[in-house]
Amino acid sequence: MTEYNFAYLDEQTKRMIRRAILKGLAIPGYQVPFASREMPMPYGWGTGGVQVSAALLTPDDTFKVIDQGADDTTNAVSIRSFFERTAGVATTTATSEASVIQTRHRIPEDALTENQILVYQVPIPEPLRFLEPRESETRKMHSLEEYGLMHVKLYEDISRHGHIATSYAYPVKVEGRYVMDPSPIPKFDNPKLGNMAAIQLFGAGREQRIYALPPYTQVVSLDFEDHPFEASKADHPCGLCDATDSYLDEVIIDDQGGRMFVCSDTDYCTARQAAGHKGKDAA
Amino acid sequence: MYVAVKGGERAIESAHAWLAEERRGDTNIAELSLPQIREQLKLAVDRVMAEGSLYDPDLAALAIKQSRGDLIEAIFLIRAYRTTLPRFGASRPVDTGAMDCDRRISATFKDLPGGQVLGPTFDYTHRLLDFKLAAESEVPDAPTREVSSGAVPHVTEFLNQEELIESAPHDDTPPPDLTREPLEMPADRALRLQALTRADEGFTLGLAYSTQRGYGRNHAFVGELRIGAVTVEMDIPELGFAVEIGEVTLTECETVNQFTGSKSEPPQFTRGYGLVFGQSERKAISMALVDRALRWEELGEDYVGAPAQDTEFVLYHADNIQATGFLEHIKLPHYVDFQSELELVRKLRREAGEEQFQEAAE
Repeated sequence: MTEYNFAYLDEQTKRMIRRAILKGLAIPGYQVPFASREMPMPYGWGTGGVQVSAALLTPDDTFKVIDQGADDTTNAVSIRSFFERTAGVATTTATSEASVIQTRHRIPEDALTENQILVYQVPIPEPLRFLEPRESETRKMHSLEEYGLMHVKLYEDISRHGHIATSYAYPVKVEGRYVMDPSPIPKFDNPKLGNMAAIQLFGAGREQRIYALPPYTQVVSLDFEDHPFEASKADHPCGLCDATDSYLDEVIIDDQGGRMFVCSDTDYCTARQAAGHKGKDAA
Repeated sequence: MYVAVKGGERAIESAHAWLAEERRGDTNIAELSLPQIREQLKLAVDRVMAEGSLYDPDLAALAIKQSRGDLIEAIFLIRAYRTTLPRFGASRPVDTGAMDCDRRISATFKDLPGGQVLGPTFDYTHRLLDFKLAAESEVPDAPTREVSSGAVPHVTEFLNQEELIESAPHDDTPPPDLTREPLEMPADRALRLQALTRADEGFTLGLAYSTQRGYGRNHAFVGELRIGAVTVEMDIPELGFAVEIGEVTLTECETVNQFTGSKSEPPQFTRGYGLVFGQSERKAISMALVDRALRWEELGEDYVGAPAQDTEFVLYHADNIQATGFLEHIKLPHYVDFQSELELVRKLRREAGEEQFQEAAE
């Protein structure tokens, strides 16, 4: 594909995106408006993450794409092949080999390093959006650090259900300042956000926002003293690799409602199986 | 036995191959050519150019063919292509007063300088299926007459001479560019018009209709509707003067709306404005009505909570490419989040069950 520039976007656009990324890194958790472009994939399908990745990639990079933790979900396949075509970069499914990882809805199980960048696809960057639909209002609330509404919402959850009824896209506070939407990762992944060695970048294409967490940033999931945050997962070991510390997908295996639990991070699971770990459902 | 699903890549390739086959349809039927689409489905081409924000009938025809007639998909193809094009510069403002009008009507005057020109309109056709069209047929030539060429004055100018309508003073401020800067509120009128001209026709129509039914009513007369070609000129710095670089067909609608006034200011009609690529009357009129509704603040009207008055609501939801992308993304796998919800609902139900059991025991 020679009709397009390296990694599809033209250099001016990449520069504009890089500026937004740098600003985001300088103000962790702050949503930086950027002039998101129309990409050749639909809004809502990762255009923010794709633009951030396009601005980051160099010919020497090794790129990994996951969706729901898996490298072979259709949209992950589609985005990976987009960059194979437009940037010709090396791609991998091994978390440890990738220099840039684009993800939707998961953080890899293996700890990332200082030489890696994790790019999140974000549908609704505004953590206050479903409490206040107006962007002009929510921006004001952030600038005034007015987060009472969010605490009231969490409190109402507890009074109604006995628990905070948010299981994914669980809001966090960054360095004691901005309340941030971590993208729709399960809350199981929230503890990995803080103090991470890798750079974390969040791209929301349709909503035209980029935000970032520099390495080793303090990230705290919102909670109450008497209702502390709790990362949760299905209470089973992985049926294939026997891992007890990974996030699990529930797979229905027969029409009697039989089910098994397997790692959502396919690379993590495959590597464990290769190392000889064997779950109760493994062949 | 469960095996992790592989082969997304092959599935995608096969789906694309099947799609191509379906697009072509029965190969015993002649294939559509781009000139056929461009010439015979012109209004579809016009809509794709308008909402795709790219004036190129051949590319729009290609997009319609490729999208199997799904116009929003065609608009998406055009938008995605458009964004890769280098930006050489901006044209001078086009002069719609000098438009070579194919159609020009005013609902506010019986007759007026320049005349009422019906042009190629569906307006007074009886909507009866023409079964003769089912068979290929020759079309008789339409009658012609000499027209006086030259500029046709805008109707609102006549009203302006008497100061009966708010003046729209000349303004050389460069408008913001929606496609190069993030949309931020508050949005001035230039930005709103820019968003509306590429907004989804159906959404704009619905909003405009809602103002007619009382949600932010501001009764509109079509002061003038004109369709025709205008020349596009561009200043070439090396030459020091503007040269004509082409011609585009536009539809322009100026509405004359309910007057405002106060004790200090005498009553005056107000304006709504619509300008769209191609022949797109429904869209241009809708745009003018929505433009007028969004102007409540600058005209000192009350905000009555009507959707068409709410700039944020209108501008953030009018783009069909954004809307359709986000709407359709819920087709993508969400099983990780769903799993999280499953665990939570199971836990809440378990606890509720235990509580009931305890209450029953007590």
